[in-house]
Amino acid sequence: MQLTNRAKKLEKKPMTLAERAYLPAIFQGLSITMRHFFMKKATVRYPEEVRPFSNVFRGLHVLKRDEQGRERCTACGLCAVACPAEAITMVAGERKKGEEGLYREEKYAISYEINMLRCIFCGLCEEACPKAAVYLQPDKMAPPRFERDEFIYGKDRLVEPVSPDERSIRGIQLTPEQADTLRSKLQSA
Amino acid sequence: MSPLFLFLSFVALLSALGVVFAKNPVHSVLFLILTFFSLSGHYLLLNAQFLAAVNIIVYAGAIMVLFLFVIMFLNLNVDTEPHKPALAKVAAAVAGGSLLLILVAALKDVQPTGVAAGTAFNSQIGMVAQLGMKLYTDFLLPFELASVLFLVAMVGAVMLGKREAGERNF
Amino acid sequence: MIELPALGWQSIVIFVVFALSLLIATYCTYAERVIAAFLQDRVGPDRAGPYGLLQPLADAVKMFTKEEFFPGGANKALFVFGPCLAMITALMSSAVIPFGNNMSFGNNAFFLQGIEVNIGMLWVFGVVSLGVYGVMIGGWASNNKFSLLGAIRAASQNISYELAMGMALIAVLMISGTLSLRDITLQQSVAGEWHFWNIVKQPLGFIIFLVCAFAETNRTPFDLPECETELVGGYHTEYSSMKLGLYLFSEYVNIFVVSAVMSVLYFGGFNFPFQYELRDWFVSSQGWELASAQNLITLLGTVGLFLKIFAFIFFFMWIRWTLPRFRYDQLMRLGWTILIPLAVFNILLTGGLILFGVI
Repeated sequence: MQLTNRAKKLEKKPMTLAERAYLPAIFQGLSITMRHFFMKKATVRYPEEVRPFSNVFRGLHVLKRDEQGRERCTACGLCAVACPAEAITMVAGERKKGEEGLYREEKYAISYEINMLRCIFCGLCEEACPKAAVYLQPDKMAPPRFERDEFIYGKDRLVEPVSPDERSIRGIQLTPEQADTLRSKLQSA
Repeated sequence: MSPLFLFLSFVALLSALGVVFAKNPVHSVLFLILTFFSLSGHYLLLNAQFLAAVNIIVYAGAIMVLFLFVIMFLNLNVDTEPHKPALAKVAAAVAGGSLLLILVAALKDVQPTGVAAGTAFNSQIGMVAQLGMKLYTDFLLPFELASVLFLVAMVGAVMLGKREAGERNF
Repeated sequence: MIELPALGWQSIVIFVVFALSLLIATYCTYAERVIAAFLQDRVGPDRAGPYGLLQPLADAVKMFTKEEFFPGGANKALFVFGPCLAMITALMSSAVIPFGNNMSFGNNAFFLQGIEVNIGMLWVFGVVSLGVYGVMIGGWASNNKFSLLGAIRAASQNISYELAMGMALIAVLMISGTLSLRDITLQQSVAGEWHFWNIVKQPLGFIIFLVCAFAETNRTPFDLPECETELVGGYHTEYSSMKLGLYLFSEYVNIFVVSAVMSVLYFGGFNFPFQYELRDWFVSSQGWELASAQNLITLLGTVGLFLKIFAFIFFFMWIRWTLPRFRYDQLMRLGWTILIPLAVFNILLTGGLILFGVI
């Protein structure tokens, strides 16, 4: 039965003298490996040499603030609905009087958790968000950790920091570039 | 008798006894190899370097490897050893004893000939060149016959290994 | 300078040769990994020290600190004896290799060679043929069927290829007429006349010897005794710690020795082109003494020999990372039905050429 028309018809011919002598084939192989000896090496020496991220890289999530430093998230739950991996959970709460400087809308997320072990970094939450609150950063990854519960990122590690140099409770620190942009933003505001 | 000679003889005798008395056939073969080594040491003491090297190459390097090879394949040990009847043991002792008797009787009166008491020891006698000259002049016919025999054996081995036409085992 | 009798100089040479073969074997492990990496478009170990040059040291520390393991039912004494024997036989064979011509200081003259014996070639051949015992004893004492199969493969492979190797050597002997490796080297270069290395006179013999050298050192494509795909780890399946290290190490020492033997037998040993012209130039135009010019030439020749050896070691590794393994029946067929008849033909050819005065 012919399954494909790309199959090559092979005829079993007796080997020629050159084939039986092995040596020409061996020299051919040796020349191939020797060519590779002088080729450019594919290795990236990691800690010294970092491969650039792609422009569309989707890394660690961040919950953005608006221009006045208020949290954008209104806990509508669209991201959680959109999430194919069901990695996002949140608890909504009402903004009290006097908290207008903290939250932009009247409803806000008391807790917002993303399980990085479940997350597949597809970016659907980012697309679903009506308030442009959740973003996947193009230059940061969720780092490996020792305990499973350390992968559940709460608001402490997700919300964009107010101060560029402060480290959040669970150890999220802005990269120098991010800190610089935040600093300039805060100064202009 | 130099101390080296005494030492080598001691090792040779001890390992030869080991060959006979070792329970494990693999140990026995290893003792035999040690025996060959001490014999090669004796050859070296007699300034017969070629003989010493060839003894090691042929006996220790090739034949004993084959011995070990076969013994490893057979997996001889105490469990698989067939029970020998007492009659066989007695017969073996008698045969071995009479061989010893004959050897002692034949060798007890032997005087080493060829080296007369007065002549000095020729230190070059065991060297390769001397040996070659002897082999290719006085012993040319036996030497050539032996080499033809070996060649025939080798050709036979090659012929046995050749694949017959149409035969495919894999 | 300390005055030493000739024997003293010679023992220093022996010690240096011993240390050098160990050092070269150590760095062979590093070279193997780097060459393998380069042939596969990688860079190899580069973390330990500059360019990873301390990698062998790190490996040694790892080997020494690993758990010493004895398999159940193993013959303990022989299990330890196996790797020792492999290492001893590997190191013994470098004793007779002439690493250089003679050096002279005042009245003291000595060879850059462990010992000069008139059966040097037989010594190397004999000791190399003993190398298989280390593998066999270790494989048998492990009480493991894979080890045993590896040991048996090693034995039959070594015996088969020793025959062809010996007959390739006989052709060299027919030209040189001596078993001394030093004399064979000296014959390959004569002052004031065109003299070729033995490779020109023995191209077929060299190829046979080369193939057999691969088989004798258990290197790919003939590394069936330790074939991972079929036998787990072959004869050293059960070995761990430095006992395994000794096995791996002895392989590299063997490669070094075989490379040295090939350089000496076929590639002129410590000779290099125009050495006599260079010596005479130093004496006539630079006003050197003949002895010191000769010493310089000797040292240059030693460097040249080591370059040849390194080239061969590189070739061994190049082949290893290029060719796949032979199947066992192919290996045996190659040895018995191709190499041995070729070697006999080579002897006949050499005899004919000598008879008609061509070489």
